[in-house]
Amino acid sequence: MTRSPDQSKRSFRIFTRLLLTDDPTLSCVSTTHTHSTAHDSGESTCIALVGNPNIGKTTLFNLLTGMRQRVGNYPGVTVSKKVGTLQLSEDTADLIDLPGTYSLAATSLDERIVVDVLSGHVPGLKQPDLVVCLADATNLTRTLFLPAQVAELGLPMMVVLNQWDLAQKQGLSIDLELLENRLGVPVVPCVATKKQSSDDVARAIERALGSPSTLTPITWPATVKEAAEGLRQSMPAALSQSLHEAEIHRILFDANSALTERLDWAEESRRAAVQEARDKIQQSGYNPMAAEALLQYDHINRLTEDVVNRTGEIPQGQSESIDRLLVHRGWGLAIFAAIMYVVFLSVYTWAGPMMDGIEWGKGMLQDWISPLLSGTPMLQSLVVDAAIEGVGAFLVFLPQILILFFFISLLEDTGYMARAAFLMDKMFSWCGLNGKSFVPLLSSYACAVPGIMATRTIEDPKARLATILVAPLMSCSARLPVYVLLIGAFIEPRHGPFVASLTLFGMHFVGLAVALPLVLLFNKFLLKTRPQPFVLEMPRYHVPRLGDVLWRMWESGVEFVKRAGTIIFAITIIIWALLYFPRPAAVEEAVRQTVAAEQARPLDEILTDEEAAEALEKRVASAYLEQSWMGRMGRGVQPLFAHAGFDWRITVGVLASFPAREVIISTLGVIYSLGGEVDEESHSLQDALTNSHWRDGPFIGQPVFTIPVVLGIMLFFALCSQCGATLAIIKKEASLGWAVFSFTYMTLLAWGAAVLCFQIGSMLS
Amino acid sequence: MSSTNLSDLPLGHTARVKAFHHTDATDQRLMVMGLIPGVDVRKVRVAPLGDPIAVEFDGRCVSLRRKEATGVLLESA
Repeated sequence: MTRSPDQSKRSFRIFTRLLLTDDPTLSCVSTTHTHSTAHDSGESTCIALVGNPNIGKTTLFNLLTGMRQRVGNYPGVTVSKKVGTLQLSEDTADLIDLPGTYSLAATSLDERIVVDVLSGHVPGLKQPDLVVCLADATNLTRTLFLPAQVAELGLPMMVVLNQWDLAQKQGLSIDLELLENRLGVPVVPCVATKKQSSDDVARAIERALGSPSTLTPITWPATVKEAAEGLRQSMPAALSQSLHEAEIHRILFDANSALTERLDWAEESRRAAVQEARDKIQQSGYNPMAAEALLQYDHINRLTEDVVNRTGEIPQGQSESIDRLLVHRGWGLAIFAAIMYVVFLSVYTWAGPMMDGIEWGKGMLQDWISPLLSGTPMLQSLVVDAAIEGVGAFLVFLPQILILFFFISLLEDTGYMARAAFLMDKMFSWCGLNGKSFVPLLSSYACAVPGIMATRTIEDPKARLATILVAPLMSCSARLPVYVLLIGAFIEPRHGPFVASLTLFGMHFVGLAVALPLVLLFNKFLLKTRPQPFVLEMPRYHVPRLGDVLWRMWESGVEFVKRAGTIIFAITIIIWALLYFPRPAAVEEAVRQTVAAEQARPLDEILTDEEAAEALEKRVASAYLEQSWMGRMGRGVQPLFAHAGFDWRITVGVLASFPAREVIISTLGVIYSLGGEVDEESHSLQDALTNSHWRDGPFIGQPVFTIPVVLGIMLFFALCSQCGATLAIIKKEASLGWAVFSFTYMTLLAWGAAVLCFQIGSMLS
Repeated sequence: MSSTNLSDLPLGHTARVKAFHHTDATDQRLMVMGLIPGVDVRKVRVAPLGDPIAVEFDGRCVSLRRKEATGVLLESA
């Protein structure tokens, strides 16, 4: 492969390091172009942190790097990349926190990233100078599996034994010296929740960088070596040169390897070659699909023989007795319901005061700025109604996001999340989701934005995407004002409180009722991601570290503002412009003349009468809205909504509520010349809707808001995707394509439901 | 001799893993976690709705679905 001089220099550095350790696989190590971070000139040291899930990796990472963390994405994929700066005595180094994984057998993109980074196959990221492997002192053999696999890459390594204190409490004594000798790399005991421990780890990292050593890799039986060599021979030449031995083993051994997605190798020929290699292993008496695990464990058992000594009995685990209660058939479900109730209630209601605070601050700022710009009405509107409104539009989500991530962090760090998924899995498994979808879907009943962010807790990418796609169907709190307005105006007065509350309940249920069957359809026809094993470790319960919880909240908040904030802001500005322009002065003049004629008094007199002047202003606003681009668009697409019995006013309301559903209330307020200050309990707005009649068309003279239309509007808002923030977060968490897809399918679904409701309702009455 | 599998193992009972039926990706994941032939496995819990189940081996507690547990073949006691 061709390398720039720059790259070669760095490769040479790694080369010399590896040479010192006499690494046989060196010739295969490919070093891709090195990405230089902001603070260095390309010479920065890169350290990768790997380990099983639930092993305390994030805690150690947080303690090692403190607040010096950057979150980004790996190029071209949505896996988030966490890099922190590790302070060494004279220098700094980049510490990469790789996704938690049990092995290099990557079935998902997250797991593949670990292989990609370690083998130097991520564009713009150099191969790590040191791999820090986290293992669990209380379960040494099982957690050494991953380090043993990593060892095959021939990179300098060290092993950190976490839970050292717990191991001692359990009466385990580990002969560190013997273990170091056997492994050939430094082994550092650690209690990841203690700062002292992380300092020890940092010093050990520094020593390991100074005198790198590699972990003794497994010696494969001849038959495996031959099979791997055969596989290398049959692959395209370019690929054969770029792949490391360890990567070839992944292709050879793994049943469902995500690694194959980045290989430039035709599927048919690859399958045939892999099959041939596996047959070779089979012929010599090994099951090729089980060989790696059996041989690796055999190897690890030899490495750890006599290293761990247990004094006394294996103590009955605390987790076991907690589980007896928390995962109990009866009690377990009751406690689960109680915990979820608290989570939901806090996101739904506790965020309220903070959101009100943000609204209040926004209002204060608008009231303060507005008079300063009264000389230039367009600038005034741009700053007050667009810019400040736009900032408020995304800030208002922060309280819910922070509160939800506080709880998610607690649930995950304590180990309860896995139990919750265990309890709920059966309810979701039939349609292709899993138990981990519960919390994101529940949170979406408060707001889909934090709900969709919460899908990060779902490891299975397919289930995660399916959850993201249906989460916005859960009836969030922004739909409530629409229901309250319409039920209050039309259902309750005519049919009484019982039918009214039944309707409200039904509207909250309709989204969920269509969501799960939709997932089934998506999984069948749309989502082609490889299926994931739903094998979930139930980690030991432990007390979460407050620092980790706060950091997680901070991180999710910052990421939301940085990545989704700009999009939400932009949407607010665009919608403002569509509602404001073209604004010809003639419109205002015409309204003034009409009003003067109606009231049969001169305009000056009306303008001095405070009440009349205000009413005039509201009519002008209404006329401007009708004349605006948005008003014209509303009239343009109204024929489509006529099938649902919507008039142009409702249609404009629907379009204008694209940034957020509840905006339809204030838009209707403006359209009916009541001003934008109305709310869902406003009697004037309810009266205006009740008295609204068709002015033209086939229903001329009849009321617009009949029961089928009212139900249709509510159904439309229950199912539609009128929420810019949700689409922004889908774009961020999945992709632009999926955001467009969500918008399209939900709008079609909502429109179809409204039309069906109106048509059937009209037939019946 | 009737063959038993992990799904059919009575709650609270322990048995030794004999083999895997297919050795697919799920089985490979279980093996990587330490559930290899020769290891003793105990069924510790069944979810309230009957599925999934939780098993324990080598001090690790892991939940898996019944459909997948049927592929884990056990030695008869």
